[in-house]
Amino acid sequence: MKRLAAVLALALLATPAIAVRPDEMLPDPGLEARARALSQGLRCLVCRNESIDDSDADLAHDLRVLLRSRLTAGDSDEQAVAYIVARYGEFVLLNPTTQGANLILWGAGPAALLAGAWLALSVTRRRARAPEAAALSPEDQAKVKALMENTRV
Amino acid sequence: MIVELGHYALILGFVVACLQAILPMIGAARRDLVLMALAGPAATAQFWLIAVSFGSLTYAFVTSDFSLRLVVNNSHTLKPMLYKVAGVWGNHEGSLLLWVLALSLYGAMAHWFGSQLPARLKARVLAVQGAIGAAFLAFMLWTSNPFLRLASPPMNGHDLNPLLQDPGLAFHPPFLYLGYVGLSMAFAFAVAALIEGRVDAAWGRWVRPWTLAAWLFLTIGITMGSLWAYYELGWGGFWFWDPVENASFMPWLIATALLHSAIVVEKRESLKAWTILLAILAFGFSLVGTFIVRSGVITSVHAFASDPTRGMFVLAILAVFVGGALTLFALRAGALEAKGVFAMVSRETGLVVNNLLLTVSCFVVFIGTIWPLVAEILWNRALSVGAPFFNAAFMPFAIGLAIVLPIGAVLPWKRADLGRALKPFAGALALTVAAALLAYAVTGGVSTLGPLGVALAVWLVAGVAMDLWQRCGRGTLAQRLGRLARLPRADWGRAMAHAGFGAAIFGIVSLTTWAVEDIRVVNVGESYDLGPYSVQLVGLSDQTGPNYTAEVAELRVTKDGAEVAVMHPAKRTYPIAGMATNEAAIRPGIFGDIYLVVGDAQDGVGYAVRSYLKPFALWLWLGGLMMALGGMLSLSDRRFRVAAGARRSSNVAVAAE
Repeated sequence: MKRLAAVLALALLATPAIAVRPDEMLPDPGLEARARALSQGLRCLVCRNESIDDSDADLAHDLRVLLRSRLTAGDSDEQAVAYIVARYGEFVLLNPTTQGANLILWGAGPAALLAGAWLALSVTRRRARAPEAAALSPEDQAKVKALMENTRV
Repeated sequence: MIVELGHYALILGFVVACLQAILPMIGAARRDLVLMALAGPAATAQFWLIAVSFGSLTYAFVTSDFSLRLVVNNSHTLKPMLYKVAGVWGNHEGSLLLWVLALSLYGAMAHWFGSQLPARLKARVLAVQGAIGAAFLAFMLWTSNPFLRLASPPMNGHDLNPLLQDPGLAFHPPFLYLGYVGLSMAFAFAVAALIEGRVDAAWGRWVRPWTLAAWLFLTIGITMGSLWAYYELGWGGFWFWDPVENASFMPWLIATALLHSAIVVEKRESLKAWTILLAILAFGFSLVGTFIVRSGVITSVHAFASDPTRGMFVLAILAVFVGGALTLFALRAGALEAKGVFAMVSRETGLVVNNLLLTVSCFVVFIGTIWPLVAEILWNRALSVGAPFFNAAFMPFAIGLAIVLPIGAVLPWKRADLGRALKPFAGALALTVAAALLAYAVTGGVSTLGPLGVALAVWLVAGVAMDLWQRCGRGTLAQRLGRLARLPRADWGRAMAHAGFGAAIFGIVSLTTWAVEDIRVVNVGESYDLGPYSVQLVGLSDQTGPNYTAEVAELRVTKDGAEVAVMHPAKRTYPIAGMATNEAAIRPGIFGDIYLVVGDAQDGVGYAVRSYLKPFALWLWLGGLMMALGGMLSLSDRRFRVAAGARRSSNVAVAAE
C-alpha cells in the first residue's frame, strides 16, 4: 500500500499542479487570507526566485501546509514566519530583513538619491551662476546657425 | 558541409573584427585615411560573415541535423517549424550567435548610414564596435561554440524546453538583443568622443537615433517577455523582479535616462560629461545583464545552464570595456566643458530630475539584484531579495517620475517661471483628484495604492493632452487642429510614449490591486460564480499536438444568462522533453481579462480550477506598445532620421580634413 502511494505520488509529479491547491486551503477565510499574504513573502527553496504562493513544486506545497498548520495552531504572523525561518534559514525570506548589513541594502536607494540630488543641485547652481556671455562663442553661434539651417532642409 | 562553412565564416568574422578594431584606431590617431577607410568595409564584411554563420546554424536546426550537439540538445524532428527556427536562439550558444549578429548589423548600419559622419569619429566608432564584436566572437569560439559535432549522432533530439515553445518567446529574445546590443552604438560613440575629447550638438544628434532604436527594441522585448509570463506561467504574474528580468530592466532605465539627457546635449550643449557617462553605463548594464544570464552566479528562472569559465570570460569582457571606458572618462571628462547656461527652474533641470530618478532607481534594482551575491561572499549569509523589496524600493521612484514628468515636459528651455508653467495644470489636477476619488469610491477603499495609481495615470495622460493643446497655439478650433496635425512627429512620439507610461501604470496598479481570484474544486457540469460571471465546467477532452498531448477543458462563461465566452484551458504533456505545461485560457478585454486555469483531477471527484478576473490587464501591454510606438514616431521624424543630419556639413568636414 505504501509503495502504491509512492508510485501515485510520482505519477502526480509528472503533471503540473497549480500553485495553491484547493485541498490545502483553510476553511476560515480570514486565516486563509493571512496565509496567502505570508506565503507571497516566502521563497520556494528548490525553485529559482519563486514564492511558495506561486510555485508548483512539492516543497512549496509542504511549506504552504506547514504555514497553515502554524496559523491554525494560533501563531501570529510573525511567529509563523519565525518558525519557518528557524528551520529553513534567512534564505526563505523574499523580503530581506533590516538587520545587520542589510541596512546597506535598504539604505542604498535613499542615500543614492540624496547624494545625487546634492550633486545635481550643486552643479545646477554653478551652471546658473556661470556668466552667460561666455556660453556662446562666435564659432558656436555659427555652428548653431549651420545646424538650424540643416534642420530645415 | 554547410555547418562547416558556417563555422569557418564565424572564425573569419572574428579575424575581420580584430582588424576592424585595431587598424582604423591606428589610422585615426595617425590621420591615415586609408587605414580609417578600412573600418566601413570591415564592418560590412563582418556582418555578412556572421550572417552566413547564423544562416548555416538555422539550416542545421531546420533540417534537424543531429550530428550537431546543439541541435540534439534543443530540437526534435516533430517540433513545429516556427520553434525549429526559434530553437536557434533558445539556448546559450545560439543566442550568443544572434547577439553578435545583431552587434555586427549595428556596426554595418553605422557604416551604411554614416556617410556624413566625420571620418575620424566614424573610424573610431566602428573600431570600438569591432573590438566588442571580437571579444564576443572569441567568447563564442573558445567557450560556447555552436558548431560542435557529435561523433555518433542520435536518431532524434531532446526537444526544446516546452515553456519556450511559444510564439511570444520565439520573438522575445531577438528584440531584447537588438536592444541590448543597440546600446553598444551609444557606447562606441561615447568612447570615440572621449578619445577625440570633443562632444557637441552634432554628436548628440548622431547618438540619439541609435539610442532611440535600442530603447525601442528593449521596450518591445521587455513588454513581450512580460506578456509571455502573464499568459504562459499560469497565474497571471507579469513581473517577478527576477535577476534576468532585472538584467533587461536596468539597461532600459539607463537608456531612458540617456535618451533624455542626449536631448540636452543636442539642444543646449549641456550635461555632456553626464551623457557620456550614461552611454557607457547603459551598455555596461547590458553587459552586466549578459553576465547574470550566462554565468549563473545569481539564480534565476530563466538563466541558461551555468558554466564558471563562461562567467569569468564575460566578467573579463565587462572589466575591459566598462573599466576601460570609465578610466578614459575619468581622464577626459574634464575636457568636455558645458556651454549652455540654465537656471534652477528650466527644462534642463526637469531633465536632470528625470535622469536622477531613473539612474537612482536603476541603482536600487542593481543593488537588490547583486545583494544575495554580496552577502554570500562578504558575510557568508544566504539570503534572498525578492519582489517585496523591489516593489518597496522601486515604487517611490516611479511615483516621483510620474508626478514630475508632465511639468518638466512643458517647462521652457534655459529659464522658466514655475508659477506660470503650473497654471494650465489646474484642470489636469482637478481631473486627477476626481479620478482618484472615483476609483476610491468604486472599489470601496480596498487599497490606497489603487486610487494613487489611477491618479498618476490620469495626471500623465491629462498632462500630455494639455501639452499638445498648448502647442497648437491660439485661434479657432480648426486652426488649432490644423497646427496639431502639423506638429513634428517627434512631438507626437513624445506624447505617445509619455501617455503610454500612464497607461502602463494604470494597468499595473489595476492588475495588482483589484484582481479577483478564485480557487476551487469543480465537477464536470458544475457552475460557480466569478465576480459578475457564472462559469460552468462543460467537460474535458484529450487532444494531440505535433509534439505533445493535451487535456483540454471546456468552460462556459455567462453573465446574467447570456454567454460571454467558451474557454479552453489545457494541460500539455511534452513526452520528449519530459515536461508538462499549463496553458491558461484568457479572454482579453479592454475592461479586463477573464483568466482560467484547470489543474489536476482531485481524487476523481472534480478538477482544481483557478479563475481570475484581471481588471485592465490589457492596458499594461498597451502602455508598453504605446511607448515603443512613440519611439518609432520619433525615429521617423525627418529631423532625427538615422541617415539625416548634417548632410550639407559633411562637405565642410571633408574640406577640413
